[in-house]
Amino acid sequence: MEIRTIPPELENYWKELDCGFKQVEQVFAGCMREALAVLSRQGAAEYIVNARFLGKMGRGAEPILVFLEIAPNTAKILGEGAMPAIMACIKVLWKSPNGKSITPFLQSLHAVAERLCTAEQMQLYLNLVLNFMERTTGSVHGIHKTFPSPGLPDFLNQAPRLLSSLTIQGLRNWVEYGVRYYNNHPERQIDYFTLQSADSRAVLQRERHGTLLVDNERKLDLYMRGLWGDPEQLIPYSLAFDELRKPQPYFDKLGIRLPDVYEDFVPPIAVRQAHDAPPTVASVSGLDRYRASLAHIAAHRRWSKAIIADNFSPFQRIAIELFEDSRVEYLAMREYPGLRSVFLALHPEPEENACDTEHESCIRHRLAMLSRAILDKQHPYQNAHIVEYVNRFYELLQGGDASTADMADLGVSFITKTRLRSDQSAKIYFKNTEVDYRDDNRHLWQFIEQGDEEETFAEQRNPQSDETLKELPPRLYPEWDYSNSTYRPDWVSVYERIHPHGNPADLDALLNKHSALAKRLKRLLDLLKPQNKVRIRYQEEGSELDLDVALRSLIDYKSGAAPDPRINMSHRNDGRSIAVMLLVDLSESLNQKAAGCDQTVLQLSQEALSLLAWAIEKLGDPFAIAGFHSNTRHDVRYLHIKGYSEHWGDEVKGRLAAMEAGYSTRMGAAMRHAAHYLERQPADKKLLLVLTDGEPADVDSHDERLLIEDARMAVKELDLQGIFSYCINLDPKADEYVADIFGKQYTIIDNVAQLPEKLPTLFMSLTK
Amino acid sequence: MTNKDQYKVTKEPFYQAQGDEIALYEAAYRSRLPVMVKGPTGCGKSRFVEYMAWKLNKPLITVACNEDMTASDLVGRYLLDANGTRWLDGPLTVAARIGAICYLDEIVEARQDTTVVIHPLTDHRRTLPLDKKGELLAAHPDFQLVISYNPGYQSLMKDLKQSTKQRFTAFDFDYPVADVEADILSKETGMDKAISAQLVKIGAVARNLKGHGLDEGISTRLLVYAATLIKDGVAPRAACRMALVRPITDDADIRDTLDHAIDATFA
Repeated sequence: MEIRTIPPELENYWKELDCGFKQVEQVFAGCMREALAVLSRQGAAEYIVNARFLGKMGRGAEPILVFLEIAPNTAKILGEGAMPAIMACIKVLWKSPNGKSITPFLQSLHAVAERLCTAEQMQLYLNLVLNFMERTTGSVHGIHKTFPSPGLPDFLNQAPRLLSSLTIQGLRNWVEYGVRYYNNHPERQIDYFTLQSADSRAVLQRERHGTLLVDNERKLDLYMRGLWGDPEQLIPYSLAFDELRKPQPYFDKLGIRLPDVYEDFVPPIAVRQAHDAPPTVASVSGLDRYRASLAHIAAHRRWSKAIIADNFSPFQRIAIELFEDSRVEYLAMREYPGLRSVFLALHPEPEENACDTEHESCIRHRLAMLSRAILDKQHPYQNAHIVEYVNRFYELLQGGDASTADMADLGVSFITKTRLRSDQSAKIYFKNTEVDYRDDNRHLWQFIEQGDEEETFAEQRNPQSDETLKELPPRLYPEWDYSNSTYRPDWVSVYERIHPHGNPADLDALLNKHSALAKRLKRLLDLLKPQNKVRIRYQEEGSELDLDVALRSLIDYKSGAAPDPRINMSHRNDGRSIAVMLLVDLSESLNQKAAGCDQTVLQLSQEALSLLAWAIEKLGDPFAIAGFHSNTRHDVRYLHIKGYSEHWGDEVKGRLAAMEAGYSTRMGAAMRHAAHYLERQPADKKLLLVLTDGEPADVDSHDERLLIEDARMAVKELDLQGIFSYCINLDPKADEYVADIFGKQYTIIDNVAQLPEKLPTLFMSLTK
Repeated sequence: MTNKDQYKVTKEPFYQAQGDEIALYEAAYRSRLPVMVKGPTGCGKSRFVEYMAWKLNKPLITVACNEDMTASDLVGRYLLDANGTRWLDGPLTVAARIGAICYLDEIVEARQDTTVVIHPLTDHRRTLPLDKKGELLAAHPDFQLVISYNPGYQSLMKDLKQSTKQRFTAFDFDYPVADVEADILSKETGMDKAISAQLVKIGAVARNLKGHGLDEGISTRLLVYAATLIKDGVAPRAACRMALVRPITDDADIRDTLDHAIDATFA
């Protein structure tokens, strides 16, 4: 016989729902009772109507099950008025080919509602979902939408997690990016919306709220250097992808690890109201939180000494760590008293009797109180042990710095004195006991017996492998997308390698061929040689009167001789401080024969480059040469031919002789990479010469404007860095685009055969 | 003859010795050896020279060198007056005539062709040829040449020639150690010792940043300014921002870090 699971008082609702699913019947009573408790009468009626719709939709039992479970609480958060909009959204999904997304939508709905809190924000979210759906649902012949959106279900699953670190506006930007760039690539779209792909994470990082470590690295580095005299590598770790266990700051041989982002710290309202804390318990900016962490770590690095861990029990160890943390902070505050207010704001303030000593393990609570009491002279705690140990702590530090060993004694005795039976309980009281700016103190312990305390799974591997690095890891550069006026972060991978070596004698032969030209250049060069600031005397017109000459002329004049009218002088600044980077396009088109001669453009470029390099070497300006070509955005090759510290010798000549052409021209990325070298040159003027024979293009770029606009943006960026870019173009048809990229800073050499002659003279006139 | 007394240092300048530099200077002066004082800006180079002039009771003629200075600005030149021309001694010539200590401050700022005129005065000859006037001036027995320069700005352009450098004995100055510097602030301005120590601490922060965006750390001179402002009733944080941070940097990151150091130091 069938067992009735529906109680009589809910019979009417059950009939109304008219649902045949067994699973629904089992949970209905519980859900309905909750709904009746939370919702108004009308709300409950709508609840049933909506659930009935979901049950009849033909998508199985899951949607209605999820809905029954989450709807009451969602309505409670957002207000019942938000439900119609949500249902409308579901109906749109249902009518489209995206029926599969309804379940993930409902599953994440409650968590999303918890993050968004208001109906207005929810509406924005719904619009976002519908917009997403609209744009990514595929159609074959243009009229009917037939293919479901590939990324939508994954996006809906991720939504709550995304909203924990993004605002709704940030989420919109993130979605916008994914939809825009991966609309016709279903697999990549899925990668993006499951946060698998690198740019997905990069865009997420860009849109996050809070203070990012990368944005403030220099400030924090200056902080460590300036206030603590302890510069150290700062390495971010991500909080976004570790849900279960939030990592703590720590430091080791490789550097100091800090979270990638800190929100501004706002003290919880409960704490502010309790204890009549002064209203000035200020919020702490993300930057100051970083500084607090760094101050704590720097204090450890200055005053802590590692002690042997094996003789202490785990409880004793955490007590020792706590006393040691308090000690180094005390010493740090003695150095910089202003730290106290920040530490006070960030340190939790557990309530004295919050922990039930009978049933919970209060060890953390007790220690957090102690730590607070040491930090805060006005602490409210009455506990005799706490007061006693605070006093003992201060006695120890009265005379001097005390030591880690003193703290170890204090910690052991504290644990012994305050031991409770419940300490061993598995139910540990955590609330308000975490001091999140402190590091995890791994540096404090030295383990003698390996494998006793810590499990080591792998053999200690020697990090310095004998194999030398064959190739540098790629550097990622953004690319400008003009159609949306945004950067695509980390879009292009630039691989830098040293250009293969050839026979330097080939190049000497080329130079010999141009020996007449070289002689002419040499004369020009002598005029350009640096001569520092010189005073030009004996000028009829000049910037100031040369008093000595003027007097001599006057004396001549008075004595009746013909006076010299050249009594002025002027100054000329002749110091050359120019760093030059020559970037050579090595794309396939260079292999073509130049018009009107039997040499290829590549050979002519080689000749021109060697003459120019020779000339600049004579001038003594710092000078580098690099070539580039690209094979899609994943493989832009930057070939190092001559560095600033290398001289014009056989090594460089050999590389130049081996120059080969191939692939395409992704100019922007190469320019950005060249600029990062040029930027470090200490010269007053920085010049980037780009030698190219065609417009920027690449096989994976279908829009021909795109790379031109990107190169133009790169020129603008370089301009902001104080680098002057100049293009020497060998393409007779270059007028169409080169001005768009370089403005007026370009020369087109129509007769390529003249390149060897033109290039050095052009350089000299540019830098005169 | 020029009035010697106008160049005398009449009141004892406050100078806190950091080592045995006073005795060493006196020894150099006894043999009239030329002296070079090196050190970062505002560390007390000029004060030291002034103090020594007072201690030795000799006139002191100071010339602040600059790029536009010519040899005639140092040696002297003909001027015009109603009767024709008249020779006017330059400061170096005056010092050599009356037996003063001639102090060429920031000598690297002057161009190298200018600095060579001091060469004949700095070796055994101790003479100054005034070729325009047709006179060979033998230096007064009390005459001594002192130059200062700040190796901080040393660039390829601005450095002394070896032939100039090797005519001098040299003192290398630096900012005093923390205790001494706090002492100097207190004595110079009458400032409370505790606040002086805090100011010195901020100075140390900036000195740590030298070479990382700062060309020079906060000098003792700026610390004295800050102490003076605080003594005058300006709130310490405001005084420090005004006297210590704003003058030395336009770099926002460094300014933030130093501002933070001030907040951390004055709780």
